[in-house]
Amino acid sequence: MTLARKKVVWAYIFLAIPIVFFAYIRVYPALFAFQMSLHDYNPLAAEQPFVGFENYEKLFSELGKRKSQTKSAFQNTINYVLLGVPIQLCLALAISLMLNEIRFMSTLYRIMFFLPFVTSTIAIAWVFRMLYQPRFGLFNVILQLVSLPQQPFLRSTQQALPSVLALVIWQGMGFAIIIFLAGLKQIPRTYYEAAEVDGASRWHTFRYITFPLLNPSIVYLLVLQTISFLRMFAPVIAMTEQGRGGPLDSTVTVVLQTYREAFQSFNMGYASSLTVVLFALILGVTIIQLSVTSRRIN
Amino acid sequence: MAESVAPSNIFKDQGRGAAVGKAGEDWKYKFFSYLLLTMIAFTMIVPFLWMISTSFKPESEILRRYVFPVEPTLDNYSDVINKTDLPLWYKNSFIVAVISTVSVAFFDSLAGFVFAKYNFPGKRPIFIIFLTSLMVPTEMLLIPWFIMSSNPPIGSTWVDTYWGIAFPGVITASGIFLMRQFMQGVPDELLDAGRIDGVSEFGLYWRVAVPLSLPAIGALCIFNFLGNWNAFIWPLIATTRSEMFTLPVGIQQFSSEADTPWNLIMTGASLSVVPLLIVVIIFQRYIIEGIALTGLKG
Repeated sequence: MTLARKKVVWAYIFLAIPIVFFAYIRVYPALFAFQMSLHDYNPLAAEQPFVGFENYEKLFSELGKRKSQTKSAFQNTINYVLLGVPIQLCLALAISLMLNEIRFMSTLYRIMFFLPFVTSTIAIAWVFRMLYQPRFGLFNVILQLVSLPQQPFLRSTQQALPSVLALVIWQGMGFAIIIFLAGLKQIPRTYYEAAEVDGASRWHTFRYITFPLLNPSIVYLLVLQTISFLRMFAPVIAMTEQGRGGPLDSTVTVVLQTYREAFQSFNMGYASSLTVVLFALILGVTIIQLSVTSRRIN
Repeated sequence: MAESVAPSNIFKDQGRGAAVGKAGEDWKYKFFSYLLLTMIAFTMIVPFLWMISTSFKPESEILRRYVFPVEPTLDNYSDVINKTDLPLWYKNSFIVAVISTVSVAFFDSLAGFVFAKYNFPGKRPIFIIFLTSLMVPTEMLLIPWFIMSSNPPIGSTWVDTYWGIAFPGVITASGIFLMRQFMQGVPDELLDAGRIDGVSEFGLYWRVAVPLSLPAIGALCIFNFLGNWNAFIWPLIATTRSEMFTLPVGIQQFSSEADTPWNLIMTGASLSVVPLLIVVIIFQRYIIEGIALTGLKG
């Protein structure tokens, strides 16, 4: 056997287990999910009849209703993305710009900002749930100290979503800060020196040097954070009564709705159609990213 | 990906954006930066302090508005350890995280080695299939995985087994991609010299490529351990008996028992979060550099 032949054989021997794994644990289940979404799939029933696109028709008619759990799930998820991503990235960018210019204690700050990111979401969401409690929760204690009215937070249909969102922004900010700091380090110092010689203001330096050169990090984070907000689940189940996404569906997300349909009501066909739509949304975001980044390279 | 930057240089102080503007303005800017950063860092730490302080409060003090316990007690810890399954959840989380981390370290680096250093027919399509699997959200695979686990090809059921909790994460596409990037830096001459000396192909991987890639494998192990330790949605679905819960699943189930035993939840949360935070603080430099380089998300 020649060396080249031998290398091909060994490459396939080494890859055998990963190939089987990806085929069976990643590719096949993805196709299975599509297939399930075309069936009235209930694991407890004797039969799983083929129903064509009925699950999708049901999904879109639910979305068309004035009020339904599915509609709330999609509306809330979009709200989480549209509010959460910009707020989180703006805060992270502001913090990174400040962190980038200081030396004393900068490592300590960086560790503190980044600790929430490596913490179990469930554990810390329960901590926030306690902080939001009426009477003894820290936030209401502070409000009382400064003589402001007490707030219901998680118990109000208006305040619950922002309250959950605050936790998610708080927890994920450290990740964005690390990516921004890495991006800022790559901007050549000479640009700033030139700006200083020209007498550019701090705002102009940011507007015409930092921001454009940081664009790759910004696009990257926009996509990653959009996807992670689209997939939100753990904070909502931990922070709402019985993990239902309440009060009155005001915090329920697409993934939580999927979980409840699939594993509490056993409507697995319908739940699969929800995940297929989620997949389409994520794919859309990824394609937009690819087209934006490839345009920049050209 | 920041291929052009040597990893060790990213967080050195050199090459920072130079201070801009006049000296007086600069002093004010720095002062406000420190002030703001300190305030934000404080909000990052307070929830952790509140969690730990509550874990030492006797039940009678929970609803009182003191930050620190008046009569600190270890009763919560002994209750959680003796009266709940938390020690088992701890063991389960640890076993699952170790299984998947060891497996990921081996298979991801082996597959990364093959994609970096071998040429064989079908290499490109296989690699692309591995990468596209990253775009399919885990949520879409949960329901098929659950069906597969209840009726698996090997054994009678995977539900409530360590393998059942761990299997989706024993090989990861992101890890293979990371290892491929890193192993492209292993010199071909070294491998060819090994072949002339009669080293087997597996020996080349194990005795040449692995030792040269230890920093990347180490980073991969840390991320993977953290990710599995904190994983929630799949362990929630893959376990039904309390003895098989992982820590996040167990903490989430606390609530369904009595009416929210806050002191016990905070004790469980502290036990799940604090040891890991200590590990993260020790390895923070590697973790932060690793995230910045790879953009891996936990």
